[in-house]
Amino acid sequence: MTRVLGWLAALALLAGLGMAFAVAPREATQGTVQRIMYVHVPSVWVAYCAFVVVFVASIAYLATRAEAADRLAHASAEVGVLFTGLTIATGSIWGKPTWGTWWTWDARLTSVAVLFVMYVGYLLLRGMIDEGERAARYAAVLGVVAALNIPLVHFSVLWWRTLHQPPSLMKPGPSSMPPVIVRALLVNFAAFALLYLYFVAKRIRLLRLEGEAGA
Amino acid sequence: MIFARRAWSVVWKDLLVERRSKETLNALAFFSLLLLFVFQFALGPDRERLAAALPGLLWLGFVLAGLLGLGRTFVLERENDCWEGLILAPGDKSAIYVGKLAANVTLMLVVEGLILLLFAVFFNVDLAPALTGLALVMILGTVGLAAVGTLFAAMTAQVRARELLFPVLLLPVQVPVLLGEPLGAVGHWLGLLAAADVIYIVTGLLTFDFLLES
Repeated sequence: MTRVLGWLAALALLAGLGMAFAVAPREATQGTVQRIMYVHVPSVWVAYCAFVVVFVASIAYLATRAEAADRLAHASAEVGVLFTGLTIATGSIWGKPTWGTWWTWDARLTSVAVLFVMYVGYLLLRGMIDEGERAARYAAVLGVVAALNIPLVHFSVLWWRTLHQPPSLMKPGPSSMPPVIVRALLVNFAAFALLYLYFVAKRIRLLRLEGEAGA
Repeated sequence: MIFARRAWSVVWKDLLVERRSKETLNALAFFSLLLLFVFQFALGPDRERLAAALPGLLWLGFVLAGLLGLGRTFVLERENDCWEGLILAPGDKSAIYVGKLAANVTLMLVVEGLILLLFAVFFNVDLAPALTGLALVMILGTVGLAAVGTLFAAMTAQVRARELLFPVLLLPVQVPVLLGEPLGAVGHWLGLLAAADVIYIVTGLLTFDFLLES
C-alpha cells in the first residue's frame, strides 16, 4: 500500500515537472526562474495541510488517547516542517533574482518562518520527553495551541507589513491566472500531496515499529 | 463561585509566598536594572539613536523579564515537591490555571511598572501623556504573554532542558503579541491583542487539565 503510494507520488512528480517545464508558458518578465513557483506554492499548501492534520490528530489524541492519532500528529508535524523548510528555501532562491534579496521581513515570509520555528519547537518538545505517553499528551496540547495561533500570526504579520504579491488563487472573485498555469499548479499540488501521504505513511510505520521495539 | 474561590486560593498562596520571600520579585527588579545597562551599552551615548530605539527596548525588557518570571511559575511546586498536592486539590483543574495566570499577571505588571519607571528616570523620558494608552496595551500584552506562558510553564516543568525549551516554545507563539505591543496604540492592534488574549485563555482553560495528569 505504502509502496503504491510512493510510485504514484513519483509518477505525479514527473507529470508535475512536465507540466511546469513543458506545458506551462514561460513568464514574460521573470523568465524561466518563475517556474520555481510550481515547487514553491504546492509545498506551502501541503505544509499548511500538514499542520491542520497535526491539529485534528492532536484533538483526536486528547479525546480518545489512541496512539495511532499521536503517531499521525508526530509524522505529519515532521513532514510539515520539511515542506515549510522547502517553501522557505525555494522562496529564497526565487527571491534573489526577482526581489534582489534572499530574505526580507515581508509579512508572508515572516509568518511562514514563524510557522517553521513553532513546529520545530513542537518536535524539540517531543524529543525532550522520554515517556511516550507524556510526550504524546504535551505535544497534543502544543499542537492545538500552535494551530489556533496560525490565524493570529497571519493577521498580525499582515498588518505589520507586506511586499509579497497577494494570493493569486485563494481569493474571492475570478482567478487572475491563465487556466494552463492553474492546471500545472494543481498537478504539482496533487504530486506534493501524494508525496506527503507517502512520507507520513512511512513515518507512521517507523514510529509504530519504534514503539514496539521500545516496549 | 466555587471555581473562583479555588482559583483565588492559588493566587493567594502564590502572592503570599512571593510577598514573604520576594524571591522572584527581587531578582526580576535587579534584572530590569541590569537590562538598562545592557541597552545603554549596546546603543552607545548617541541620544537620538537611543530615543528612536526606546519603544522597542521597553517591550524587549518586558518580554525578557516575562520569560524569566513566567518560566518560574511552577518552580515552587517542583522544588518543594508540592506538585501532587496541587494536582490533588479537588474539583476543576483549570481553576489552578486561572489562579496561576492571575498571580503571574499581577507579578508581571509590578515588574513592568518598575521597568517603566526605570526607563523614565534613566533615559529621561516623559511618559505622562502616553500613560493611559500604554497601561491598556501593557495589560492586554501581559495577559497574552502570561496566558501562554503559564500553560507552557506547566508543560516544561517536568521536562529536560526546561530553561531552554520554555523560551523556544513561547517566543514563536507570542509573535502576535510581540508585534502588537510596540504598535499597540493604533486602533485595530488593540483589537488583535484582545482577540489573542481571549483565544489564549480559552485554549489554556481547555487544555490545562491534560498537562496535569501523571
